[in-house]
Amino acid sequence: MPDATGLELIAQDLRGAHGDDAVLGTLFFRDRATLDVQPARVIDVLAFLRERGFGFLASVHGLDYYPEEPRLGVQYELIDMTAVDRITVRLRVPVDAPHVPSVTPDWPTADFQEREVFDMFGVIFDGHPNHRRILMPEDYEGHPQRRDFPIGGEPVVFTYNEKRLEGDGG
Amino acid sequence: MEVTRQQLGAGGMKEFRARQLNAQQMLRGELEGPELEKHVEESVLTTTLDRAGRWAAANAMFPATFGLACCAIEMMSIVAARVDVARFGGEAFRASPRQADLLILSGRVSIKMAPVVRRIYDQMIEPRWAIAMGACSSSMGVFNNYAIVPADKFMPVDVHVPGCPPRPEALMHGILKLRAMVLARPDQSWRSRYGGRGTEEFTESELQIEPVGGGTASGA
Repeated sequence: MPDATGLELIAQDLRGAHGDDAVLGTLFFRDRATLDVQPARVIDVLAFLRERGFGFLASVHGLDYYPEEPRLGVQYELIDMTAVDRITVRLRVPVDAPHVPSVTPDWPTADFQEREVFDMFGVIFDGHPNHRRILMPEDYEGHPQRRDFPIGGEPVVFTYNEKRLEGDGG
Repeated sequence: MEVTRQQLGAGGMKEFRARQLNAQQMLRGELEGPELEKHVEESVLTTTLDRAGRWAAANAMFPATFGLACCAIEMMSIVAARVDVARFGGEAFRASPRQADLLILSGRVSIKMAPVVRRIYDQMIEPRWAIAMGACSSSMGVFNNYAIVPADKFMPVDVHVPGCPPRPEALMHGILKLRAMVLARPDQSWRSRYGGRGTEEFTESELQIEPVGGGTASGA
């Protein structure tokens, strides 16, 4: 892990290279270093971190901060395999315009993971080569991992509740 | 059909030899009258074709090699030595549904997988049976949410085996229940229970073959 000072140095270098608005903030919590970035600048930030040694994109995952705004989040976990170091890059987008530039052209491993984030949270990755659902059926409506999505399921008839569920018909 | 083992008659080897000679004579066509009748009574077992067919089907199930989730691990172990399904003729897992007549739904079926499972079931040979193994495929279990669908919603199921996952003994018990069902009541197949007549791939009229010499068509 970069320590708290190292994280600030990285953020400082990023602001120097890509402008002050590239990095919105930093968070160092329980030895985890996190960079908050502008959604539009994520490709630049990841490219910058790759040159710093973070050459392995371990995970891309989505979050829903309901009822906070902006609601949806995407996190990128980067690992430096030689220094055994990791850093998290995260961004937030509003639910009515959830557009994030796709990093798949630079990081091929993000292909399926961005599709999963789109499938489950509805974040749209602009520039993704194959922007389709990956887990749910193609004609499925809604994004089931959003927190305002109903859990679904249905009551199952067991011996103890069959009279209540099936009425007097049985 | 009950098969019992018993000692040969009191004559021991001598009578055994006499039976052998009788059998030889019968094959040559030399055995006649009461001797022939006695021989047939002793050595021929009669049954109805229906019962024999049921007996064969129940003791030679061919499950499809089809695992869905964690229950599949338990399903695999029923062919192993501890609970040996080969004792009841069910150890030959068939990799093609065209050769299988028992579908064990071993795990959760997602709504994306349901059409696939249904197609596999439809492709299996008849008569065919299905066992819903584990909580997920019968009642959705802990995955009672947007993604999972119970097997009863899209295909007929003969036996439900509860458990999460069921132990191999439980699945074995389910298979034995199914075996008893097949032996006792063949008319209880899913077509009669679910009113599925007319959904066969070939209807009976399509299977009627014109006798070769029976037609009167001529002159062509």
